[in-house]
Amino acid sequence: MKNTIATAMALALFAMSGMTAAASKTTTPEPVKAPVFTPPSEDSIPNDEFGQIVRQGKNIFDDTQHYAKQYVGNSLNCVNCHLASGRKPDSAPLWGAYVRYPAYRAKNKKVNTFEQRIQGCFKFSMNGKAPSADSPEMIALVTYSYWMANGAPVGAKLDGAGYKALPKPAIAPDFNRGKAIYAASCQICHGADGEGKKVDGKTIFPPLWGSESFNWGAGMHQINNAAAFIKANMPLSKGNTLTDQEAWDVATFVMSHERPQDPRFKGSLEETKKEFHNENCKYGETVNGKVLGGAH
Amino acid sequence: MKHILLAAMTCIPLMAQADDAARTITTQGNKQGATACMACHGADGGGTAAAGFPRLAGLNAAYIARQLHDFRSGKRNNPLMQPIAKALSDTEIQQVAAYYAAMPAPAAAPAGGDPALLRKGEALATTGDWNHEIPACFQCHGPAGKGIEPDFPAITGQSAVYISNQIAAWKSGARANDPVGLMKSVATKLSADQVKAVSTYLANHPLTNGNQQ
Repeated sequence: MKNTIATAMALALFAMSGMTAAASKTTTPEPVKAPVFTPPSEDSIPNDEFGQIVRQGKNIFDDTQHYAKQYVGNSLNCVNCHLASGRKPDSAPLWGAYVRYPAYRAKNKKVNTFEQRIQGCFKFSMNGKAPSADSPEMIALVTYSYWMANGAPVGAKLDGAGYKALPKPAIAPDFNRGKAIYAASCQICHGADGEGKKVDGKTIFPPLWGSESFNWGAGMHQINNAAAFIKANMPLSKGNTLTDQEAWDVATFVMSHERPQDPRFKGSLEETKKEFHNENCKYGETVNGKVLGGAH
Repeated sequence: MKHILLAAMTCIPLMAQADDAARTITTQGNKQGATACMACHGADGGGTAAAGFPRLAGLNAAYIARQLHDFRSGKRNNPLMQPIAKALSDTEIQQVAAYYAAMPAPAAAPAGGDPALLRKGEALATTGDWNHEIPACFQCHGPAGKGIEPDFPAITGQSAVYISNQIAAWKSGARANDPVGLMKSVATKLSADQVKAVSTYLANHPLTNGNQQ
């Protein structure tokens, strides 16, 4: 019942935002508010064959290391960047992404399906191999995402989708300021050298750089994306307590460390940088006397 | 082999001495003003549930040591523990912390509780309440709440009284020695019902030893 109301409200809001946009053609343009969407609660996953695959998708999402380990090349789980099993707003929630595909992506200059988008996650963020579109793991992840987006308007940019873009900071982001913020607010969980923490071999706090982290091709390595994620979600439970400037500074610090090579590497750092790393990125730059992306 | 023997001959007596010193402090006090730990924390280190004295057995050493230092400096405010911690030397703090860390967590009889309340507590401990930006307890305190060294203590197997007292203390600001203010952030968002549910659940959760890296 609650879900029905939430869905109806979301649809109504969406319809209203559409009307505003239509009306604004003749009058003063008004900013269009993104529709608000609440995903169904976890305990409403149906107890049938469909629900079983939804649960399998959630398991893969929360414990990728165990349920999809053949596709993972680092210590991460999907849930590390998509908090709360992929439902938290401003943490790239699945319900926000599902309704936006197929979409044209500048990353590969093609229209990508949702499956292809997830394949990208495995290739870059998980530094692994892409599961095929018809693999059980992919079917489960897509099913889980579809279930979570149940009732969301197709094609809508929902409130809380993706990471909320942060305006450029007042002063240029700085490695040393970021280092101090990292020591004060991040190190307790992610370790002094960004290595994260494991218990009984399982990653509890994800590594932020180094061989066990995401590679140079992952969206998160872009400083603007990382700053947006950090601002809204970090430290865990204390989202939106860092200033925009602090989020940019600490993101700059974290992304100024070595990580696995971009799988699109062209054989030359300069060429790869030119083609894929033009903006918001330290790849190919020299930090503390070392060229990032070159240690391979 | 020779090296191992040599190492064993030189290290074991030292370790044994530290162990003996710690055992004396925990059972008899240090004769310098620190009373016996076991009087409140139990002979098995399991604490006194009804009075809210926590279990120490199986907690990680770095966490125990930091709490003792914080009691001593007043950073963690506790009128009972402050004079005891002040009477302990740095070495004694280390010895006692290592002693309790090595002690197996005692098996406590389940305190019981309303099944619906326990389910609600389990959901908080394992999933959290993300509508209110409350992460799962086990997200920071490790799987099964057995703790992550050095800053996240084991929380399962603590009494409901101790857990709810600590959450109340963070909420009010009476306890403020949590790194990065993480527990204050969580405590202020927990409702009274949630505190009851989660403390009941953690008290009933099967005990596991701490000392996780």
